[in-house]
Amino acid sequence: MKRSRVSDALKIELGRRYRFAASHRLHTERLSAEENVRVYGKCNNPHGHGHNYVVEISISGNIDPATGMIANLADLDAFVEREVLEPFDHKSLNEEIPAFREKVPTTENVCKEIFQRLRHFPNARLERVRIEETSNNAFEYVGEEN
Amino acid sequence: MVYLTRKIEFSASHLYHNPAFTAEENRRIFGKCNNPHGHGHNYTLEVTVAGEPDPTTGMVLDLKELKEILEREVTQRMDHRFLNYEVPELKGQIPTCENIVRVIWNLLEPRIHQGKLHRVRLYETPDLFAECYRNEAKPRE
Repeated sequence: MKRSRVSDALKIELGRRYRFAASHRLHTERLSAEENVRVYGKCNNPHGHGHNYVVEISISGNIDPATGMIANLADLDAFVEREVLEPFDHKSLNEEIPAFREKVPTTENVCKEIFQRLRHFPNARLERVRIEETSNNAFEYVGEEN
Repeated sequence: MVYLTRKIEFSASHLYHNPAFTAEENRRIFGKCNNPHGHGHNYTLEVTVAGEPDPTTGMVLDLKELKEILEREVTQRMDHRFLNYEVPELKGQIPTCENIVRVIWNLLEPRIHQGKLHRVRLYETPDLFAECYRNEAKPRE
């Protein structure tokens, strides 16, 4: 197989979109009951509510000339399934994801938590995590080094 | 700086197979994409050009011209083609999204004379895409 002409000047990223559905409640013990209602509005409902989240991740790296791939999609899908989809899908983020016992599960914080979970994906660099909480709200985290 | 994006679609077939691998390795590594008869996708291509609007025309570049470049360089070359066999630029490469997007970048960059090619993003499906840009320029969201 001919070695592909990888130009260092070009950067290639692979993007993949995943979905999970989960419930959350935005509430912090640091604020009074009234303040929680004022800050979080409907999202402070004590029984929680849910979203269909879309998680878009981008990885970068060299294209393996033998496979044409930055990373094997089956490996990436299995990694995301294990680290994120299985623990998050059809769960209560507040009660079932340990990080959100302390932190409020806003989508900003969900982005950071998912970035932490995926940053060790082998053989590629995690460039960013973008989450669409609804079709009108999107959040993005690129890590602290960028 | 203004960023202008034009979107086109094309449909093409491909298969993933590396003759250096055994039949089993090909099946294991490439899965369903190794089907020898090939399979196809509706690709969506987004091409972003960056530049300052010309003071007279108010344009970064003439969209008609970009449309023609995309028609000539991408659509005529790839639309309703079998990428492995009919696109010489992909010869000897596995036609993954990563490799196709790089080929498209290299076809387009020398043709764009007003503004600068900033980013090329190619969707193979709505949930899988690859994008290419110059290393110094982080993609703008």
